[in-house]
Amino acid sequence: MLAVTGAGSVEELFAQIPDELRAKSFDLPAGMSEFELMGIMKEKAAAGGADITPFIGGGLYDHIIPAAVDHLAGRAEFYTAYTPYQPECSQGTLQALYEYQTAICRLTGMEASNASLYDGGTAVAEGALMSLRITGRTRVVLDASVNPLHREIVRGYLASLSAEVSQVAPDGCGSDLARLIGSIDGNTAAVIVQNPNFFGSVEDFSLLAAKAHELGALLIVSCYPIALGLVASPGEMGADIAVGDGQSLGNPLSFGGPYFGFIAARKRFIRNLPGRIVGETADKQGRRGYVLTLQAREQHIKRHKATSNICSNQSLCALRGLIFSAALGKKGFHELALLNYDKAQYARSVLSGIEGVSVLNAGATFNEFTLSLPREGALVVEKLLGSGVAAGVPLGEYYPGMEHAIVVTVTEKRSKAAIDRLAALLEEALCS
Amino acid sequence: MAKFFTKEHEWVEIEGDQATIGISGHAAHELGDITFVELPQMGKSVKQFDTLAGIESVKAASDIYAPISGRVVQVNDKLEDAPELVNESAEADGWICKLEGGDPAELGSLMDAAAYAEYLKGL
Repeated sequence: MLAVTGAGSVEELFAQIPDELRAKSFDLPAGMSEFELMGIMKEKAAAGGADITPFIGGGLYDHIIPAAVDHLAGRAEFYTAYTPYQPECSQGTLQALYEYQTAICRLTGMEASNASLYDGGTAVAEGALMSLRITGRTRVVLDASVNPLHREIVRGYLASLSAEVSQVAPDGCGSDLARLIGSIDGNTAAVIVQNPNFFGSVEDFSLLAAKAHELGALLIVSCYPIALGLVASPGEMGADIAVGDGQSLGNPLSFGGPYFGFIAARKRFIRNLPGRIVGETADKQGRRGYVLTLQAREQHIKRHKATSNICSNQSLCALRGLIFSAALGKKGFHELALLNYDKAQYARSVLSGIEGVSVLNAGATFNEFTLSLPREGALVVEKLLGSGVAAGVPLGEYYPGMEHAIVVTVTEKRSKAAIDRLAALLEEALCS
Repeated sequence: MAKFFTKEHEWVEIEGDQATIGISGHAAHELGDITFVELPQMGKSVKQFDTLAGIESVKAASDIYAPISGRVVQVNDKLEDAPELVNESAEADGWICKLEGGDPAELGSLMDAAAYAEYLKGL
């Protein structure tokens, strides 16, 4: 390689890389056998917090995964051929993605979905980019009660465009609807909100949708799929684009991924959707078949004018989402959502009964709510971790002034005993 | 008034203060079955040779450039549901949009029908 590149030494070859970015040494252990390695991995897995009871959510959630999900998604026909490089030869994969798109549309109340995106945060950002393209405007209004990590991704995506991101502070734990409406001007492409929001509050954005439309702006709603079993969908509220993280649909938390994002929109915006779209068609003999469609939007055709050059899809994770959705069905979704709501309501009442603790959400919540504690949230959460309970997401890091608040999540997997234990530990921690 | 053509195969025809824009019959034929015309936004202002609209066929996705400067005052809504009109009648019913406020002197840089026919022979 040195001979080919004309570099005199390895040092010279890497001279372009600044010294501070170079590894000082590669202190690797000696090689080991498969069985030694398995032993180490098992040790690490055991130390990885598997015995901690999580009451944390904040965008990613600990839900049931029916055995059918692992079983079907693990079949070699899906698992090894997860991306259709020669799409029309992969009718099974294409049909699964087509059904996935249908499931996402039914869940979100939208008319057109793509074949999935990378994750929830990038889905919000792709929604923002879509609104800029559709309206030809250069400003988005972003509700600050949208997931703070997702807001950072939106800012990152839009930073190098001549587009402005205008954030509107929440009103307590709710969206400040009056200020959001007041922030829409003639150059606003979209208002971006989340339901339930990061504090767990369930909102009705119907009026916001109507006001945005009056001024020629779109409404983008980021949503939590499991909540849609109970909460009005983005489509029902008049949203133009629905986005979100699909992890809660059959994908394990797995220390941070992989997950998938979803994006769906009104049919008239389909040519502005990023990424792949699978369509149904008929072959010469009139038999049903599936194709990648509307590809003129994509980078292999339109290059720099594609609707996205940064989108990625997550077919295998999306497939898990589809199997999960199909296994539950409409009734199952509703029941699962209800179970989350009921357990969270129980936790809300028990926890707010502790002296000095109160719920900050003014209105309805789904399976998350914000608690005000008499002490700093991060310290309390840290203390309870020692007893094997992750009590919630401390808000101080994301919302200055909310250092005493934590967001508590209660999914269907948390038993009454676990909730009572959380309450007992919290009470003890606050008394001592 | 007569039509003028660009090297990118757009045509423009001026009547009064309006310039009607479309793609040539040759371009429509070469593109094959047209599946979608991305019409420009009403009120959009363009300079001569700026991207004005887009067109997709079973074979390709292409930009349509403005043969003359101006502001979009009318778009051919029929193309939303019937893009095949461009195949059937590229230089009449399949027009794309109308512009106003352009400088007729810009036509000097375009070809008339005879020159365009000659140009096609050389392709």
